[in-house]
Amino acid sequence: MNGYLADVAALARKDLQLELRARDTLPAMLLFVLATLVVFHFALPASAGDEPAYGLLWVALVFTALLGLSRAWAPETAAGALDGLVLAPADRSAIWLGKTIATLAFLAAAEIVALPAFALLFAPLDGAALAGVALASLGLCAVGTLVSAMAAAARGREVILPLLFLPLAIPLVVGGVGAGISEEPGRFLAFLGLYDAVFAILSWAAFEYVVTE
Amino acid sequence: MALLGQAAATIRVEALEKRYGARTVLRDLSFDVPAGATLVVTGPNGSGKTTLLRLLVGLAAPTRGSVAVAVDRSRLGFVGHESLLYTELTALENLDLYGRLYRVRERRERIGMLLERYGLWDARNDRVTSYSRGMTQRLALCRALLHDPALLVLDEPHASLDADGVGLLEQELAAGREGRTVVVATHDPGRLDALTTQRLLLGAR
Repeated sequence: MNGYLADVAALARKDLQLELRARDTLPAMLLFVLATLVVFHFALPASAGDEPAYGLLWVALVFTALLGLSRAWAPETAAGALDGLVLAPADRSAIWLGKTIATLAFLAAAEIVALPAFALLFAPLDGAALAGVALASLGLCAVGTLVSAMAAAARGREVILPLLFLPLAIPLVVGGVGAGISEEPGRFLAFLGLYDAVFAILSWAAFEYVVTE
Repeated sequence: MALLGQAAATIRVEALEKRYGARTVLRDLSFDVPAGATLVVTGPNGSGKTTLLRLLVGLAAPTRGSVAVAVDRSRLGFVGHESLLYTELTALENLDLYGRLYRVRERRERIGMLLERYGLWDARNDRVTSYSRGMTQRLALCRALLHDPALLVLDEPHASLDADGVGLLEQELAAGREGRTVVVATHDPGRLDALTTQRLLLGAR
């Protein structure tokens, strides 16, 4: 188990190192999420109230995640590094888990900027809404990392990734919005937790079949 | 397809067929490679050399037939058409990552020794993206040799190497580790005549 976690840590650290150096993904995510919230601020009528704003927050977060996921496997496809990882004796699920952790770190960094901006421009976020964001982000990254690996190996990946990812993200949007606006956020949080557990296990188990012919 | 100098098996390929859609890349291929042998795979462009090597290392699965390799992933070294490196990481960072994944003992010493031997020590902190193709190929060889593999599979390893690089590669193959099995795909099998124990000629389709 220690060896497995050491592999995951080495792989996640590598992704953070690459991002710190190339700055390909996180600045784009930050700019996108802020720009989207600003546009929504002017697009939403003042009389609309808070509830539609929570929906718009989730539109911004899902597409920010999609932006990050579209770049997630670029370092591995540039010079065949994914083959190098697949050949290494590490468990192949460690590749998925390391990438999921790195993607989640980028999304969390974008959210650290986006959520105060949302509170400033639209409405305050309570503890349940924040818990919803945290749980849904975990699900977005877990399932998104798997489908982005599938898309990375395909032609027309820019089209395939949203086609695969967005339908799988819809339950997370429902759960995230529900946790933000419902009188009883507990059942939405429980739903998000269940989604995360099921799809994380499925992605973890399926990854090996995605990266081998 | 013809196989010369067959003997007992460490790699066993039986009735191997590989298709991509309607295109058959390899058909009815059978051969054995004993431990310590050097198999040179040759043939014209499009004859399936790269596909065969990817099948041997487990990066592709056969359509029909079987590939049995009596060496697990931790003892397998592979140099492909691509470097399998992270271009935005330095040579040291790349080798350190792979060293960790392969659980290489005395990792730093081993990395230093390989970078010295392959003439990359002075460029160890440079990003791979700034390397010439020859330097990248040298680093790809370092990555493949880092864990002292028992089976070394090389796809056109001479590509982009200068005379010094070719010399280092041939020295490595000649010195080899005791009992190391080597499979090399090349357009220039004459370079490896002295080391070759088997030759596999793949035909044009």
